[in-house]
Amino acid sequence: MTDRDALFEYLLRLGDNTLVLGHRVSEWCGHAPVLEEDIALANTALDLIGQTQMWLGLAGDVEGEGRSADDFAMLRDVWDFRNLLLVEQPNGDFGQTMMRQCLFDAFHFDLLSGLAGSTDDRIAAIAAKALKEVTYHVDRSSETVIGLGDGTEESHRRMQAALDLLWPYVGEMFMPDAVDTALHEAGIAPDLPALRASFDTRIDEILRQATLVRPDNAYAHSGGKTGVRHSEHLGHLLTQMQWLQRAYPGAAW
Amino acid sequence: MTPDVALIWTWLDEVPDPEIPVISVVDLGIVRDVSWRDETLEIAVTPTYSGCPATSVIAMDIETALYDRGVRNVRIKTQIAPPWTTDWLSDKGRAKLRDYGIAPPSPAGGPDACPRCGSTDLSRVSQFGSTPCKAHWRCNTCLEPFDYFKCI
Repeated sequence: MTDRDALFEYLLRLGDNTLVLGHRVSEWCGHAPVLEEDIALANTALDLIGQTQMWLGLAGDVEGEGRSADDFAMLRDVWDFRNLLLVEQPNGDFGQTMMRQCLFDAFHFDLLSGLAGSTDDRIAAIAAKALKEVTYHVDRSSETVIGLGDGTEESHRRMQAALDLLWPYVGEMFMPDAVDTALHEAGIAPDLPALRASFDTRIDEILRQATLVRPDNAYAHSGGKTGVRHSEHLGHLLTQMQWLQRAYPGAAW
Repeated sequence: MTPDVALIWTWLDEVPDPEIPVISVVDLGIVRDVSWRDETLEIAVTPTYSGCPATSVIAMDIETALYDRGVRNVRIKTQIAPPWTTDWLSDKGRAKLRDYGIAPPSPAGGPDACPRCGSTDLSRVSQFGSTPCKAHWRCNTCLEPFDYFKCI
């Protein structure tokens, strides 16, 4: 793998994470339990899609074959996507959506903090921009997880169930492969295993306040960010997200 | 003949923000640079939030305003570093926001006072408001909800 190939692959991971999660969160538009949460979810989705445009736009520049961010989003199929398994998991109930968001935001915040110091100026600039937005995301998702976890018997039960369901998808975020290692050694990206300690500290404190119990299970599903084995859910998501381009190829307005 | 850059800044200060039309794109601090490159006027614009849908409308409004002044060759350059901060809002812009009913950003992380009645007894409804750049607050004295232009 050349340096350019590794960089391209890494940028797809960053952009596909924000794209797939952004789409998932946008599925709530018009359906959230209360208006304020509906607006907050839509705003979060908007930030993530905006970040996607920057990451996938840069991926296209690095690849040098004239593909745009829209081309990557709309004209690839499941096996080409490089997002984490966590972000493609279905919304479930509101609590499950917020638990997924909290787990991702905690990771995303530390990742972007590291990338803001990247030796690649283009990556550092996007990360610094995105970090300002993600600071608000992690504040909100952690407050919501705490509020619902330490809420009613029903909300507590649902949040614990969401945590138990999603916990096996946490490990993939911190599992480095050849791409992550190459980028870390080049000073472009932070060391993933080193981010885990900060994540654990933050999440343990959130769970403590939320009166939730961290699952005693270190098993981690993998295969999302390498594209080797996505869960069944991504294909269904793409049928909706890419519907227009599939029904009317090349449609533009 | 190419108009002076200082004059162009005054023209840009008349281009309203599409979401909050009481302030200009210059008040908002998103115009980062104006310069002539030979016969082309290059304008560096920075987005407020990365997904802000107003960004493309702003670029079009700037081009239209300059076209109306006779400037035909305009190139809008998107510049993301350094990232936009609410510190770049002009004092004039802050005052206009308050008059319009939007509490301007404050380093304290929340509004100083209700933009309608001036009360400082306030509560936050949601960190996310009607646009990406605003949070939703409520005044406990006059009971009116209001937007707060949040700090980033």
